[in-house]
Amino acid sequence: MIARVLWSFLLLACALTTHAATLEQGLEQLKSKDFSHIEQGIATIAASGDDNAELILNLLLNGEIYRHKKSNELVTIQGKEDKQLIIVNLFDDSGDSAQTVSKRKIKKVRINNKLRASLKSAIASLKLNSNDPVLRLEAVNQLIGKLNPVLYQTLLERQQTESDDRVKSLIDVALAVTDLNSQDSDKASQINAIELLSESLQPAARNALQQFVDETDNASLKFKANKGLRSIDERRKWAGHAETLFFGLSLGSVLVLAAIGLAITFGVMGVINMAHGELIMLGAYTTYVVQLLMPNNIALSILVSIPAAFLVSAIAGIMIERGVIRFLYGRPLETLLATFGISLILQQAVRSVFSPLNRSVATPEFMSGVIEINPVLSLTLNRLYIIAFCLIVFALLFMLLRYTRLGIEVRAVAQNRAMARAMGVRSEWVDAMTFGLGSGIAGVAGVALSQLTNVGPNLGQAYIIDSFMVVVFGGVGNLWGTLVAGLSLGVANKIMEPWAGAVLAKILVLVFIILFIQKRPRGLFPQKGRSAEG
Amino acid sequence: MTTYQGIFDKSTVRFLAVLIAIAAAVPLLNTLDSSNPLHVSTYTMTLMGKYLCYALLAVAVDLVWGYLGILSLGHAAFFALGGYAMGMYLMRQIGDRGVYGDPLLPDFMVFLNWQELPWFWNGFDQFWYAALMIVLVPGLLAFVFGWLAFRSRVTGVYLSIITQALTYALLLAFFRNEMGFGGNNGLTDFKDILGFDLQANATRVALYIASAVALGLSYIACRFVVTSRLGRVAMAIRDAESRTRFIGYKVENVKLFIFVMSAVLAGIAGALYVPQVGIINPSEFSPLNSIELVVWVALGGRATLYGAVVGAVAVNYAKTYLTAALPEVWLFTLGAMFVLVTLFLPKGVMGILQRKSPANSSGSDDDTPKPELPQDGVKA
Repeated sequence: MIARVLWSFLLLACALTTHAATLEQGLEQLKSKDFSHIEQGIATIAASGDDNAELILNLLLNGEIYRHKKSNELVTIQGKEDKQLIIVNLFDDSGDSAQTVSKRKIKKVRINNKLRASLKSAIASLKLNSNDPVLRLEAVNQLIGKLNPVLYQTLLERQQTESDDRVKSLIDVALAVTDLNSQDSDKASQINAIELLSESLQPAARNALQQFVDETDNASLKFKANKGLRSIDERRKWAGHAETLFFGLSLGSVLVLAAIGLAITFGVMGVINMAHGELIMLGAYTTYVVQLLMPNNIALSILVSIPAAFLVSAIAGIMIERGVIRFLYGRPLETLLATFGISLILQQAVRSVFSPLNRSVATPEFMSGVIEINPVLSLTLNRLYIIAFCLIVFALLFMLLRYTRLGIEVRAVAQNRAMARAMGVRSEWVDAMTFGLGSGIAGVAGVALSQLTNVGPNLGQAYIIDSFMVVVFGGVGNLWGTLVAGLSLGVANKIMEPWAGAVLAKILVLVFIILFIQKRPRGLFPQKGRSAEG
Repeated sequence: MTTYQGIFDKSTVRFLAVLIAIAAAVPLLNTLDSSNPLHVSTYTMTLMGKYLCYALLAVAVDLVWGYLGILSLGHAAFFALGGYAMGMYLMRQIGDRGVYGDPLLPDFMVFLNWQELPWFWNGFDQFWYAALMIVLVPGLLAFVFGWLAFRSRVTGVYLSIITQALTYALLLAFFRNEMGFGGNNGLTDFKDILGFDLQANATRVALYIASAVALGLSYIACRFVVTSRLGRVAMAIRDAESRTRFIGYKVENVKLFIFVMSAVLAGIAGALYVPQVGIINPSEFSPLNSIELVVWVALGGRATLYGAVVGAVAVNYAKTYLTAALPEVWLFTLGAMFVLVTLFLPKGVMGILQRKSPANSSGSDDDTPKPELPQDGVKA
């Protein structure tokens, strides 16, 4: 506290000298060749409260302010004409003062490193008054560890009025860092500072504590700071775990989305559809085409793409079922080969129509950005949307199979085809619809994938093996199994990635599943009851 | 009982006669003057040698698929492993003639700043050791994989999918530089084999003849197996696995034996393939390759052995022709082949020919798999 009081006295002194400072006075001082005058000028401009102050300081920092030798006016360069320069006076928006001069007629207002540093903090302190919390946050971040008495007081005042919590807590950190390292601080305020910093997850807080531990001679303070460091590290570790979990869940959601259509065609119908990946690809290309059709409204185009992709892939799926698969029921290995042939044809068709190059699909604005939980844990929005999307698709599909007439008929045919037919279920129609449903879901998965990767002819191939693994791992014919398997494989992959690398993690997961199937050939959640005996 | 007549039935004799004729004729025609219209260029001969290796691979697949009913979607993995074993021998043969001139380390290791040869590269400077590995590595992998899978009674589509996962895992693994197999680029720039220059015409002739001999001998070995008691049990497993087990046969052992034998044949095919094409890289592991070779067998006709050879040569000839002349059309053709063969030619091209002369049916008469429900695939 005493430190703060001391600072405020110093500030008072400063405030008196710069009283009634105006922008013009500051600009006059910039014309000097003496660095100390320029420094005063910077302070004057910063304190002037003028709207243009920040702009001028930035120009100065970038070395874009010149002094016209003859008129002694401050100018900036507007353009070049032959070897001459077009210059214009500062604050001349109309361009009346524009004139063409040779290079030698003007002189740059020079700054040195010391001035550069004070410019930066002056700009930061100006930014503190910005309306945008992000800019304010950036400003405080820049100021941490570089507070002079004036800035300290500015921050102290700012802290009282600050409405944004993140900015407020960062200001606390900035003040505490200064309290901790200041010569004038007494032990009590230093302890206060350590406690405050220990609570914070800001990287700057940890750095300050670490530095303090390295430099201080006071054993009790050092002990406290060390304790704080440990608690910070502990919480950072948890944040790391949470982040891994989040990444894993988002990867798992992608796997679930890709696999869930397969869980229907393979699990419920017993059809091995190797063209499933290509149906995903068709969905992704549909997104691309819809976006080409409505380039001005990306957000809407994504929403339109979802039903469009569902329809395109569902129709393609029904055509595959009616044209090929229905002749092969009961011969799974033949189905596998025939659908693989279809996947090759679809790949080449896309390659011929859209070119073999990857296409990129724009991400709508509402999906880009991050949610910052705390300074060391932030969640990217597009991954969050994918997780939510996956859960919604799963819930809809689950309800459809559970509560609608189609769902009941699908399950009836899956359990006992002959009996279902005897009860009047049109099994052929149900087959086509089921296959269409599974394929349509694949198309919807394609919309989600188009937001994560480039859209290309090989998009589907990359996911087909993973999808089969998820379905088989979860237990064939079990939607819950697919969900659990997909999410857990995603998380397992991300947990292993830091120490094994992405490729090795994937190999390990594959090997694990191969071994797992040996042990439990029916997957995590095997089907029970008579239908399972087949 | 296996008899001399049993192995060398009419179709086998006919096949071997054609094979010997081609094996002898091509090198002879190769010696003709290049202006002669009957001249066969070395390029064509090497291409045919390549086809012979593919034919051997197809025979290996037919053995497990046609006679045992296991649709392996990972057989290219065994082929590639045999190829890598041969490639490692050829790499060591380069010696200090590589770009970096290191007497011990292959170029890619020098490039990656490796200081010493990884342990698994030891011994590959000896041909006998490499030859042993060509047989041993694919055989061992097939043994371990089959031992686990067959004992757990993983069958049908599940087995197909995990064989595909196996080759996919190997593909990813071999792409990694850290594995020590040249990463993405694989092994290439070979110079000598057994001290003979790989570019020399005589070496190419020798490799071609070796491929033909390997195909002929493997064919006879396969005939021996499928006409033996073991082969009959294998076919019984294919048609009714549970019943065969209940009668008292050790289904797992039969499956394991044939699966390992097939993997070894695939490895040999890979080993002969690599010196002729001059490169081996991880793309040989790609699941697409494995599935493609299944269609060779399906097109030619399963459970005939010679059908596999015909299918392999026909499809690969079409591939060579189409990928050069009409690259856009090739995947359409291949895809259509998959669909049409499964829909309309369940017995392949040879099936049609057989139908015309019923007396000539030597393979299984009914190789349409029994209708099985998908749940049948796995039994806990």
